[in-house]
Amino acid sequence: MTQHDIVIIGGGPAGLSAAVAARKAGVQDILILERDSGLGGILNQCIHNGFGLHTFKEELTGPEYAGRYIKMAEEKGISYKLNTIVVEVTGEREITYINQEEGLVTIQARAVILAMGCRERPRGALNIPGYRPAGIYSAGTAQRLMNIEGYCVGREVVILGSGDIGLIMARRMTLEGARVKVVAELMPYSGGLKRNIVQCLDDYGIPLKLSHTVVQIHGRDRLTGITLAEVDENRRPIPGTEEYYSCDTLLLSVGLIPENELSKGAGVSINRVTSGPNVDDYLETETEGIFACGNVLHVHDLVDFVSQEAALAGQNAAAYVKNGGKERKGHLIPLTAEQGVRYTVPQMLNLDSMEDSVTVRFRVADVYQNRYIAVYYDDKLISRKKKKVLAPGEMEQIVLKKESFAEYPEISRIRICTEVE
Amino acid sequence: MEMEKKNLICIGCPLGCPLAVTVDGGQVTVSGNTCPRGDAYARKEISNPTRIVTSSIPVENGALARVSVKTERDIPKGKIFEVMKEIRSRRVAAPVETGQVLIENCAGTGVNIIATKTVNRRL
Amino acid sequence: MSSLQYDAVIIGGGVIGSAVARELSRYKMKVCLVEKGEDVCSGTSKANSAIIHAGYDAETGTLKARMNVEGNRMMGKLAEELDFSFQRNGSLVLCFSEEDRPALNALYERGVANGVPDLRIISGDEVRAMEPNISDDVVAALDAPTGGIVCPFGLTIALAENACDNGVEFRMLTEVAGIEKLEEGYRLLIAGKEPITTRYVVNAAGVYSDVFHNMVSRKKIRIIPRKGDYCLLDKEAGSHVSRTVFQLPGKYGKGILVSPTIHGNLLLGPTASDIEEKDGTYTTAEELADVLQKSALSVKGIPYRQVITSFSGIRAHEAGGEFILGEAEDAKGFYDAAGIESPGLSSAPAIGVYLAEMIAKAAGAGKKEDFIAVRKGIPHVAEMEKEERKALIKERPDYGIIVCRCENVSEGEIVDAIHRTLGARSLDGIKRRVRQGMGRCQAGFCTPRTMEILSRETGIPMEKICKNQPGSEMIIGDGGAEENGSAGEA
Repeated sequence: MTQHDIVIIGGGPAGLSAAVAARKAGVQDILILERDSGLGGILNQCIHNGFGLHTFKEELTGPEYAGRYIKMAEEKGISYKLNTIVVEVTGEREITYINQEEGLVTIQARAVILAMGCRERPRGALNIPGYRPAGIYSAGTAQRLMNIEGYCVGREVVILGSGDIGLIMARRMTLEGARVKVVAELMPYSGGLKRNIVQCLDDYGIPLKLSHTVVQIHGRDRLTGITLAEVDENRRPIPGTEEYYSCDTLLLSVGLIPENELSKGAGVSINRVTSGPNVDDYLETETEGIFACGNVLHVHDLVDFVSQEAALAGQNAAAYVKNGGKERKGHLIPLTAEQGVRYTVPQMLNLDSMEDSVTVRFRVADVYQNRYIAVYYDDKLISRKKKKVLAPGEMEQIVLKKESFAEYPEISRIRICTEVE
Repeated sequence: MEMEKKNLICIGCPLGCPLAVTVDGGQVTVSGNTCPRGDAYARKEISNPTRIVTSSIPVENGALARVSVKTERDIPKGKIFEVMKEIRSRRVAAPVETGQVLIENCAGTGVNIIATKTVNRRL
Repeated sequence: MSSLQYDAVIIGGGVIGSAVARELSRYKMKVCLVEKGEDVCSGTSKANSAIIHAGYDAETGTLKARMNVEGNRMMGKLAEELDFSFQRNGSLVLCFSEEDRPALNALYERGVANGVPDLRIISGDEVRAMEPNISDDVVAALDAPTGGIVCPFGLTIALAENACDNGVEFRMLTEVAGIEKLEEGYRLLIAGKEPITTRYVVNAAGVYSDVFHNMVSRKKIRIIPRKGDYCLLDKEAGSHVSRTVFQLPGKYGKGILVSPTIHGNLLLGPTASDIEEKDGTYTTAEELADVLQKSALSVKGIPYRQVITSFSGIRAHEAGGEFILGEAEDAKGFYDAAGIESPGLSSAPAIGVYLAEMIAKAAGAGKKEDFIAVRKGIPHVAEMEKEERKALIKERPDYGIIVCRCENVSEGEIVDAIHRTLGARSLDGIKRRVRQGMGRCQAGFCTPRTMEILSRETGIPMEKICKNQPGSEMIIGDGGAEENGSAGEA
């Protein structure tokens, strides 16, 4: 069986950044396995601009952002296999992949970095009643058909879900000659950036209907229309508010799900809230030698944070390999998300061997104004930071300093919560 | 003297402050903003709103069917559809390099359309 | 010497029409099957519970009971011959109160009288020992180990392919618009196409079987479309129960079942509501809610978060409640297979034999010597042992290109689905043959690639690629470089 120091599953932004960082940390033998025909992952179809303000201090399109990382990986001579799909990862870090040239191959990795990304929630998950005609696409599928293959998916469009992909596709389809009639959002707020609401909807006069959902699909063969209804505070449709929209296309932008089937196969424990692996501050899963980063770990808002996080996973995987797989862990402290905080990544902290500072990322459960983000070590308040606005669409972060634990050697958990006053 | 009033939503942060802009002669006043970014955004948006436009263009003999493109700089908001019309009328031949100018002075805006991806020739 | 084009024409390429076609293809007869859809298995046969019932439901002495028990008995051998997925996972009928025990006993007695083997009544605790997630409210159950689960697409397509390989001509997108009686035989009028003449007609038109019957017979029948909604859960939930779990039958059928599917998903449903439209395969919010609510009565802790899709199927319920099989009394040579509701899928092999024997006898047709009984399916590459899979990819590298990542379907399998006998011409046709797009992402990732493969292999232009029948085109056209592409056009 061929052996590699680090095998990275996925050559999107997370996998590329992890590879570059692992190489910088001194590991030579790195292999990226990518299922698509090119590196860059989903960024290749995100042809709009707005990427990289944090990382490169300029505004790039998705392909440009990916291109920079691809260039770095190529300059560092990192090897990769394209059109290669991993079908199994074991807890012992044996990886089985398939491609046309080699057939089915099993290799051994000293460390694995999971960077498979996420998938879109399909219509079925929403149980929208009605027929099942052609013309219902998840927004990302339509984006690929349009931006990569160059096909026009429809002329009259309704979009369900106001996450950034939905908003971006509203503008994209308008620019390509389609008529986007409405963007409907189940929640009373949009999950997308304000900038996208203004520049993708307002610029083109596309209405955004909050607290609305699709309650009926019409058309047996190709979609002919949908019925939209307002929902109450429990997100149930309000009778009498139904409104018919004729359309040949319905795009769904209703959530992303980290794609962890391989992780589960390897016995990696999965967090119920993030649908990604539980990790410690090294971004190592509870299965030794398997690390995770990017959207497979938790769904991110900005690719810049994916790159940062993945670089950390790459460094730590490199350190793990260089230590000969030696454990450097000690006192493992759980982080708990409370009162308006939905989850934290990492979920655990190695108190004895943590870096000087550890970034904890999380999302909040609702839109909050003028709230504090508070950190407690057990019941002791450690920090409180006021935020004018918090929204579920945006990832938040706090930094834990190693020195702050000096006075709390007996700490049993770290609590992160929002507070009103 | 005419007085012009306009309502905008600030895009600076998730707060999304509702901005009221008044133009009285040369005098622009902004209210509703919580921070200076809102003021700056409103002034730009009221006097000269501009946007980057991105799209894609078919590639002949390319390893990929299309190459993604963008306006090299932002263009006046009112010119978006004219720019799109010109982009949609074009084809290019492989190879195409990231940053390569594919359309010069698109729709008379003085702004070029450049490739945002490298597309090699089909093997 | 007859001038008729065919000895027999079968109307309808569902499981019944395909079973009759396969059985008729044993005889020296010229047979044609006409199907209005673009593929076989595109009506009721594609959207049902996928259950092979043991045979205790139907009243003793009815055709329903006889065909069900016989069909169930035949299914194992047929699955081997025709290489489709079938498993006897066993069925349980749950009884929730002591009051209902007589009804459970009656079901047992009926099953025994119908000839169902190995039935027994077991206690609530015994049920839960077999199936730990069964509700604590269950006091007893009927255990029917011969009950099974099948791939309904696999079964129907296998029957059709084998019939085709044995000389039956299949005409897709061929809709019968009228039937004229000839001196001997019938002339079928086809919408937009040349008429077809035949000595015998087999009416296997599912929910439309009353329409065709009533064209030739004065003894009218009436099919009531009975709609049922289902929810399908992710494979992660597939082992929540291992047997098919029914509730004691009520007025509207067998209640809501909870069952693993042959492919390892968990299926909940169906509801039962009589509707007007024969093709009203729409789900409704009320019925989907009903499925979720009622399934929870039988089985604890169903992970409803894992629903990946919902769908609706139409059963062809005849007002008399019995299968109508055989020659219409006042229309010689016109054979009905009408009112085939549940247990139609289970009964299909037996119905095929029953009608084919009847027609062959009337025609005086002898059996072929060269009948091919065996059909080999498309290899399920992902289910193979590693070494076998390796060897296969070496031989056919396109089995090494995974297109559908959720179900692990390779390009080779998709190509096979397109090029074999009665090959797929639509995305749904591919999906039903190799499960591309049936997984948890519901074709989100693999749709563009599958469209390209279908277009490449068949020469159908991309903008003509359909989800199923014409009118269900997936895309509007080429998005760029049009002559007069004006943004914002209507």
